[in-house]
Amino acid sequence: MHSETVAGLIAGLRGRKYSAVELARALLERIQRSQPGLNAFISIEAETALAAAAEADRQLASGNAPPLAGVPIAHKDIFCATGSRTTCGSKMLANFIAPYDATVVARLRADGAVVLGKTNMDEFAMGSSNETSHFGPVRNPWDPARVPGGSSGGSAAAVAARLVPAATATDTGGSIRQPAALCGITGIKPTYGRVSRYGIVAFASSLDQAGVVARTAEDAAILLRSMAGFDERDSTSVDAEVPDYVAGLDRPLTGLRIGLLKEFFDKGLDPAVEACIRAGLEELRAQGATLREVSLPNLPLSVPTYYVVAPAECSSNLARFDGVRFGYRCDKPRDLKDLYERSRGEGFGAEVKRRIMTGTYVLSAGYYDAYYLKAQRVRQLIAADFARAFGEVDVLVSPTTPTPAFGIGAKMNDPVTMYLNDIYTIGANLAGLPAISVPCGFVEGLPVGMQIVGGHFTEQRILNVAHRYQRATDWHTRAPEAYR
Amino acid sequence: MSLSRRDIDDIAHLARLALTEAEIPVYLDSLSRIIGLVGELDRAPTAGVEPMSHPLAGLKQRLRADEVTDTDRHELYQRNAPQVMAGLYLVPKVIE
Repeated sequence: MHSETVAGLIAGLRGRKYSAVELARALLERIQRSQPGLNAFISIEAETALAAAAEADRQLASGNAPPLAGVPIAHKDIFCATGSRTTCGSKMLANFIAPYDATVVARLRADGAVVLGKTNMDEFAMGSSNETSHFGPVRNPWDPARVPGGSSGGSAAAVAARLVPAATATDTGGSIRQPAALCGITGIKPTYGRVSRYGIVAFASSLDQAGVVARTAEDAAILLRSMAGFDERDSTSVDAEVPDYVAGLDRPLTGLRIGLLKEFFDKGLDPAVEACIRAGLEELRAQGATLREVSLPNLPLSVPTYYVVAPAECSSNLARFDGVRFGYRCDKPRDLKDLYERSRGEGFGAEVKRRIMTGTYVLSAGYYDAYYLKAQRVRQLIAADFARAFGEVDVLVSPTTPTPAFGIGAKMNDPVTMYLNDIYTIGANLAGLPAISVPCGFVEGLPVGMQIVGGHFTEQRILNVAHRYQRATDWHTRAPEAYR
Repeated sequence: MSLSRRDIDDIAHLARLALTEAEIPVYLDSLSRIIGLVGELDRAPTAGVEPMSHPLAGLKQRLRADEVTDTDRHELYQRNAPQVMAGLYLVPKVIE
């Protein structure tokens, strides 16, 4: 059961090959067993999961079950779910019990999904390695000495290790696609505004978007169909029709125009990673796509742009953690100032404090124009580069990451080296574009991801390209030896 | 660009973050490096370019009518508060 896809489980549950309760029990047992080695979960919610599975079994027996009835999933611990601990990977929220549901959580529950637990993540989704979590690092199922990527490292590791077939995730600068690539699974970040952010702990509001990690593009399409759509409770939610992502998956690629980002193939790319991407492109070409090089001259500035915009928004969003209304409070505050400063100083981890301070600096008097406004102008240039490219091609293909998974501890002493790891993924966030990462090979036993970026609201197209690619290749079916 | 100890103290104060003595040199070093990284933006010609605050061009921030849409659930919300008494959040004395 554990190696089945979401599509396979839906068929198995409906065909009564196993019950939702049997399935939930089997996976909960796998999760428990994996915890000492992987640490992919912050909370395991066995009791509520089994109750939801029993309800799914009743619905399945009645013949009137919602589309995901009995499908086990996990939520990144950034999504609020009523009565469930929602820590965001932080000491600050270690005891926070969500008083309401995120829209994504409510929609997936209404469609019958069974939530087995909440996955580990970089603190407040700030990190590319899952090492900043207050609850300890997650390990990569392919090699426990390496990181799973971040910030959705727990979700990605859980899916790669066959603990759940799919999990929710969020992506501000690559936090869905980068861990998906490093763990050898599929991850999609939809267009900004496509999926409601109501009930998701905010990091950088002009960049954050929720999505899904799964083993196949088809499974990602099935989940996204339930998650996406307008929500009046998120003021950035876009009121546009959601196409049937599953229905469009098989469309042939004949005539698809693929752009190769010149700037990304130029320098700094591991030659072994490049060979995997080139082989992936050959496969797409064999299916009828045409390739051409396109240039986005401002794209190399996406990392510095992001590391002004994201920390600036983070410093504003995280101002709400004041030790008064919710979250951690320091012991015996002397006065109100001491309460604020020590609650925040003790409640936030090192990387979160670094981002808050960077953001505070770039927004402070005398630096606002030089850094923040400047970055917003460069962001406009980057977005214009993408818009121009999508006048010539349908999708852009690149590596998802410059290298396969790096070692735990390898980049923790130099934040700039860590930030540069996001070089290929950040552009899609700055321009609000949908993007997917699919497994496309291995380098020294570690998975490599290929990124497909589309124009605004073309999730259907990039899922289609990913699905056609996966029909012709088997990289996405490979499982780490210890978790087969 | 290199920041000074004074800069770190100022930033930490503005951000309401108490730092330990041991943290200060760490942030002095890493924030200086980050400011160096973002300094690359200087070379981008941006004269006449509008700052971009929303990634979907042309989409305006939606506003809703100023109406009450929720019920009073302060008891539920206050269950997450560190210290509450009689429906009020407690903080150290502010006015002597």
